[in-house]
Amino acid sequence: MLNRYPWWKYAIIAVATLIGIVYALPNVYGEDPAVQVSPTRSAAVDQALYRRVAERISQDGISPKTIELGAGQLLVRLKDTDDQLKVADSLEQALGRDYSVALNLAPSTPAWLRALNAHPMFLGLDLRGGVHFLMEVDMKAVVKQAEERYVEDIRALLRNEKVRYVSVGRNPGGGVRVSFREAADRDQALGLIRDKLTTLQVGDAGASALDLVLTIGEPELRERRTFALQQNITTLRNRVNALGVAEPVIQQQGESRIVVQLPGIQDTARAKEILGATATLEFRLVDSSGDINAALQGQVPINAKLYKGRDGRPYLLDRRVILTGDSITDASSGIEQQSGSPAVYITLDGKGAKRMEDGTKDNIGKLMATVFIETRTETRTVDGQPQKVTTTTEEVINAATIRDRLGARFQITGIDSPQEARNLALLLRAGALSAPIQIVEERTVGPSAGKENIEQGFDSALVGFLIVAAFMIISYRLCGVVAVIALAANVVLIIAILSLFQATLTLPGIAGIVLTMGMAVDANVLIYERMREEIDLGLTPQAAIKAGFDRAFATIVDANFTHLIAGVALLLLGSGPVRGFAVTLIIGILTSQFTAVMVSRGVINLIYGGRKVERLSV
Amino acid sequence: MRLLPKKTNIDFLRYGKLCVGLSIALLLGCIVALVLRGLNFGLDFTGGTLIEARYSHAVEIPQVREALREAGFGDAQTQYFGSAAEVLIRVPPREGVNTAEISTRVLEALRSGTGNADAEIRKIEFVGPQVGNELVQDGALAALIATLGILVYVAFRFEWRLAVGAIAATVHDVVFCIGVFALWRIEFDLTTLAAVLAVIGYSVNDTVVVFDRIRENFRNRAFSKATTKEVINASINETLARTIMTSMTTLLAVIVLLGWGGPAIHTFSLTMVIGVVVGTYSSIYIASATPYFLGLKREDLLPRAKEDLDHIP
Repeated sequence: MLNRYPWWKYAIIAVATLIGIVYALPNVYGEDPAVQVSPTRSAAVDQALYRRVAERISQDGISPKTIELGAGQLLVRLKDTDDQLKVADSLEQALGRDYSVALNLAPSTPAWLRALNAHPMFLGLDLRGGVHFLMEVDMKAVVKQAEERYVEDIRALLRNEKVRYVSVGRNPGGGVRVSFREAADRDQALGLIRDKLTTLQVGDAGASALDLVLTIGEPELRERRTFALQQNITTLRNRVNALGVAEPVIQQQGESRIVVQLPGIQDTARAKEILGATATLEFRLVDSSGDINAALQGQVPINAKLYKGRDGRPYLLDRRVILTGDSITDASSGIEQQSGSPAVYITLDGKGAKRMEDGTKDNIGKLMATVFIETRTETRTVDGQPQKVTTTTEEVINAATIRDRLGARFQITGIDSPQEARNLALLLRAGALSAPIQIVEERTVGPSAGKENIEQGFDSALVGFLIVAAFMIISYRLCGVVAVIALAANVVLIIAILSLFQATLTLPGIAGIVLTMGMAVDANVLIYERMREEIDLGLTPQAAIKAGFDRAFATIVDANFTHLIAGVALLLLGSGPVRGFAVTLIIGILTSQFTAVMVSRGVINLIYGGRKVERLSV
Repeated sequence: MRLLPKKTNIDFLRYGKLCVGLSIALLLGCIVALVLRGLNFGLDFTGGTLIEARYSHAVEIPQVREALREAGFGDAQTQYFGSAAEVLIRVPPREGVNTAEISTRVLEALRSGTGNADAEIRKIEFVGPQVGNELVQDGALAALIATLGILVYVAFRFEWRLAVGAIAATVHDVVFCIGVFALWRIEFDLTTLAAVLAVIGYSVNDTVVVFDRIRENFRNRAFSKATTKEVINASINETLARTIMTSMTTLLAVIVLLGWGGPAIHTFSLTMVIGVVVGTYSSIYIASATPYFLGLKREDLLPRAKEDLDHIP
C-alpha cells in the first residue's frame, strides 16, 4: 500500500511526542513564592530545623502551602508575596546567622513530574532579573606573592647558613635575583638553594656574573594560579551565602575568571560590597585570669577584650595580637596521628614563624584563640543621606591549648569534627591570602525589566506561531494544517529539550525559537512545493506525496546542515545571551528535521495513506 | 493558495551581469559608508558602562546631566529611552578607576542629584576593556569559522564553483548588513553580531536549495540537451515558489520579533529583517550567477563513480 507507515514509525512519533509533552509540561505550571532556608556554616538541615520553622510560621499566624525538607535546604512555599516577605523576616530573626534566608520563586511542578526529573526551563538573568558578574583574579599578583615568599625564604636560608650576600629581591624580568660579592659565596648559595628549595630553577642572570636568578617552574606557577582561583571561588561562595540568594551560580570560566550570577538580587551596590569584603585572621591568647561573667556585665579588664564565639560562647582575649593572618601561607585539614582527632595544619612565612615562636614559648599550656575578622563597606541611608558604613564582624572560630613552642608549621587541635576542620582550613586560607580580584564585566537586569522581557518574549513567540500558522494554512490548506501540527510538535520538543538539559533560556534564546518557527516550516514548504510540481507533471496524488517527501529529503538535509554550521559557529562565539540564541537555534534545526519530515509524513499518511484520493489539498 | 503562477519562466541569468554589477556597486557603497562613518560599536566591544534607569515621573535631561557632572561623569552621554521617565546613560571606559564602582556611583548621582530617590535600575551593563577586545576577537573568529565551514561543506557536497557562489552570496549579505549599520548608525554589539551570523545561516540555507535543484537538473535526462544557462534558469524558476514562501514565513517571524520582542532585541530583529530580504535576493541573483560566470558545466556535477546513483531515474 502506498503511503502507509509501519506501526513502529507511528510508535516512534507517538513516544517522542509523548516524552516531549511530559518534559515540556512543567513549564505550564506557575511558580510559588517561597522562602528558602540554607545553612551558612555547618549547621544542620534536619527534622529539628523543620519543626523550628514550622512552629515559627504558625506562631506568626501564616499557613504555608508546604514545607519541604530537601538536600541541604528547607523550602517553605507560600500563598502570596505578602506572606513570603513576612515569613522571610520572621525566620531571619528566629534562625540567626547560622542559616541564610532567601526569597525564591519555586516552580510548582506537580510531584509526579518531579519524580520523572521534569523541571521547567532555567530562565536566564535577562528574563528573571538579577546580577551577572565576571570577575578576574589578578594572576600577576599571585606570581608576585609567590616570588616575595621565595625572597623571604632565600634570605632566611642564606642567613641561617651564614652565606654572605649583597641583596635578595624580585627580579624585574620575573623570578628572584640574588647578588653576591664573591663567586665562592654564589656557588655555595646555589648549592644550598638546589638542596633546600628544590622547586626553584636557575635562570639567566644576564651580564652580571655574580648574580643568581631563580625562577619558579611553570608547573608550580600553574598550581598556584589554580589554587588562587579555587580559593577565590570558595570565598565568593561563602559571601554569596551571606547575601541570601536562592540559586546562585559561582563558576570558573577560563583560567583566571569567575562567573557569579545572582538571580533576583535588586540591590547591586550591596552585592558588590559584600562580594568585595575582606577577611583576615588574628591569633590571640585567651585571658584566663579575667572573670568572664564580670566582663559580660561590662567590667572588662583593661588588657583584655570581650569576643563572641562562632558557637555563641563569650571569650575574653588578651589585647595583644600574637600574629595576623597575613603571615599564613597555607592551611590544610587532616587527622592528627597520635590522638586521631581532626586537626588543621598551618604554615607561616619566615617573619610570622618568628613572631609565633616569641608569642608562644612562654605560654605553653595556655589557650590560644583564632579570631576571624571580616570587614565590609556598605552604603546605608542614614537620615535620608547615603553614607558609607564599615561593618566589622569579629568572632572567635576556635580556641585550643598551646602544647609546645610553635614555629613555621603548627597544628590546631580540639576541633569537633573533620567537617569543621575542613571549614576552618578553608576560612584560614580564604581569609588570609586571596589574590586580588576585580569585576571585569557586569550585567544587571532589574526585576521589572526582566518581567517585561519575559512577557515580550512570550508574546512574540505566540504571535509568531499564529502568523506563521495562518500563512501556512492559507497557502497549503489541509497540508498547511499538517505543517502547523509538525511546527507545534517542534516547539514542544524544543521546550522539552531545553527543560530536560536545564539549558538557560534567554531573550535571544526566545528570538531563536521564533526564528526557528519561521525557518522550520521551510522543510514543509520544500515538500509541498515538490508535491505540487509532481502533480503538475501528472502524477497521481499518492505518487506525488511519495515523490514530494522522497525528493525533498536530500535538500532538507543539505539546507539544515549548512544552517547548523552557522549555528555551531555562533555557539563558539559563546558569550552570555548570544549563546542562548545559538542553543535554541541548534536544537530547533535538529528537532525540525524530525518533526517536519517524520511527523508531517506520519500525519499525511494517516489522512491520505492507503486509500483512493482524488485530489490533494495542497 | 499559490503566491506565484504555476510555472514561471524568468531568464534570471539575463539579468545576471546587471545584478552582479549592481551588487558590486552597492557593496562598494557599503564599504565607503563603513570607511567614512565607521561602525557604531556597542558597549560589548568598546567597554564602558551603560545604565538604564526609570523614574516614577518625567525627568529633565539637563538636570540628569548636571547631577552626573557633579558626580564626576561629565563625559557621560545621557538620552531618553522609551519615555521621558526613562534615561539611558553611557559612561566611556576609564583607566585606573575601580571600574565596577562606576555603576554604583552613577546610580547614587541619579538618585540624590535629581531629587528623585525612586530611580529604579532597569539595566546595568559594564564591560571591561579587556573583555571587549576578547569579544571582538571571538566574534570575528566565529564569523570566519562559519564562512569556512560552509565553503568546505558546499565544495565537498557540490562543487567548488558553487561553493564560491554560496560564499559570494553570504559575503554579499554580510557586507550589505554592515553597510546599513554604518549608514544608519545602528549599534553593533554582540546581539547584532549574532544576528549577522544568523543571516549567514539563513542565506546559505536559501542558496543550498537552489544548488540542489541545479545539480538534480544537470543529472536529469530531460535537460540533457539544455545549456548550462537554461538549466540554471530552470532550477531557479522551479525553486522560486519555495524561495519566496520560506522568505515570507521567516520574514513574518522576524517582523513579529521586531514588533513584539521589545527593545532588548530590537537591533537583532532589524538586522534579521534586512538580512532575510537581501539574503533572498542574493540566493536568486548572486549565488547562481557566480558559478555560471565561473564556467560551471554539466560534467562538473555529474556523479563521480558510484556516488548518488539513486538520483538518476
